[in-house]
Amino acid sequence: MIGDDWILRVEQLSKHFGPTCPDCHRLTGPDAGRSRCPRCGTVWACVEANLQLSAGEVLGIVGESGSGKSTLLQMIYLALPPDSGHIWYRDNGGPPRDLTTLDRYEARLFRNTQLGIVYQRPELGLNMRFSVGGNVAEKLLLAEWRHFGRIRARTAELMIKTELPPERIDDEPPTFSGGMLQRVQIAKALASRPALLLLDEITSGLDVSVQARVLDLLRRIQWEDRITMLLVSHDLGVVRQLARRTIVMKNGHIVEAGLTDQILEDPQHPYTQLLVSSAL
Amino acid sequence: MTHHLLEVCNLHKSFTLHLIDGRVITPVRDVSLSVAAGEHLLIYGRSGMGKTSILKCIYRTYLPTAGHIWFDSQQFGRIDLSRAAESVILSLREREIGFCSQFLRVLPRVSALDTLCEPLYRQGMDRAAAQAIGREWLQRLGISPALWQASPLTFSGGEQQRINLGRAFIARPRLLLLDEPTASLDEATKQVVIEMIRAAQAEGTAIISVSHDLAGLGAHANRQWTFQ
Repeated sequence: MIGDDWILRVEQLSKHFGPTCPDCHRLTGPDAGRSRCPRCGTVWACVEANLQLSAGEVLGIVGESGSGKSTLLQMIYLALPPDSGHIWYRDNGGPPRDLTTLDRYEARLFRNTQLGIVYQRPELGLNMRFSVGGNVAEKLLLAEWRHFGRIRARTAELMIKTELPPERIDDEPPTFSGGMLQRVQIAKALASRPALLLLDEITSGLDVSVQARVLDLLRRIQWEDRITMLLVSHDLGVVRQLARRTIVMKNGHIVEAGLTDQILEDPQHPYTQLLVSSAL
Repeated sequence: MTHHLLEVCNLHKSFTLHLIDGRVITPVRDVSLSVAAGEHLLIYGRSGMGKTSILKCIYRTYLPTAGHIWFDSQQFGRIDLSRAAESVILSLREREIGFCSQFLRVLPRVSALDTLCEPLYRQGMDRAAAQAIGREWLQRLGISPALWQASPLTFSGGEQQRINLGRAFIARPRLLLLDEPTASLDEATKQVVIEMIRAAQAEGTAIISVSHDLAGLGAHANRQWTFQ
């Protein structure tokens, strides 16, 4: 049965920053129009988020800055511990594992073998003092690859895949253009053949023609490898191109989820209607 | 009693426009219709009456407000499209239900051949095999081979519409939803499209089209349904 082939299921995942007070609940959220409680200053970054990803699927997450998209992504990347909720992961129909229960060592190994992430700002995803080869090797070493020759060969293969000139394997990131740096990040993220690729506003800040090439690259990778992706963007155009399902976040809450064409053509929530009508 | 592939029962669709004082408009009120395998139903009516909305509700680009849309699926049995899970709808769109919109929406950097073949790639068909079928369709649709590697965005309106139709037909869905399929076509191409529809019907495909073209397309439909 379709829909039973999920690999990631997020249940009631929440994260807040601050002391909390009895009024937080009432004073924050999409209806209140803020995620920061005016009484106690607590920021409710992500509240009871639920989502599910099937193998090979691309799910879009849209919403304005501060809506909680990146917090949700960071929790799934196991870089930020949630306050409550579960992140179930299952490969090839095996038994589900709750990733929130992994200890630090297990979480790191899981992240380095099964997850890849690409950020808007390359310096978050790359070590700017390492060469391209060094960056990819870093990821592979953490994923417990040990053979230098294999690491080097895998790096060259990834550079070709991401349309980077392989002869630049020993060059450092600051010598690359913005669009090329996103490719280097993608190469690094894909290095250990992860099950899930997390993309956080990866084309924001690039000029349009470069954006188009990065998106084309992702589309190709998605076709060729059937890799599962979670795509965070404030740009509905980007999501339309890649994701067949989309969730909409506002003030830390998921306010709407649906098929991407339905979200764009028949948005239900007032905020989604505003978002769609604001598209250029 | 005939066996219906699709049965729309008491369908309502309203839109709440939150940005315009929460105004509610209801283009589709209490619509019931059905179509059997191999049958072509043509929906006719004035512009702005909500004909396209019916098709979009069936395809689930619109969320129906009330009513049922029963579809006899090969994969899932008889299911209500108005309430089916998104993953089910996506799978049906891949294998069983095709939609041809009034306007082609394509990526500017993808060739006509790849645009046409995309539904086959999605089904997991091998690239070479898909492109062989794609080239046959391009020939049949009368698109000059010189254009096959170009983006459909550079095409004329009529050529774009042919690519658009080809995309809907190529996956051989069991139910085809066609929104004004012949609107921007010349007489000769219109005949090609009518022939395509007849061939699909002969293979057992059920077709619902929305059209003003009563003389052309309408003359070949099994039933006409006037939407008021």
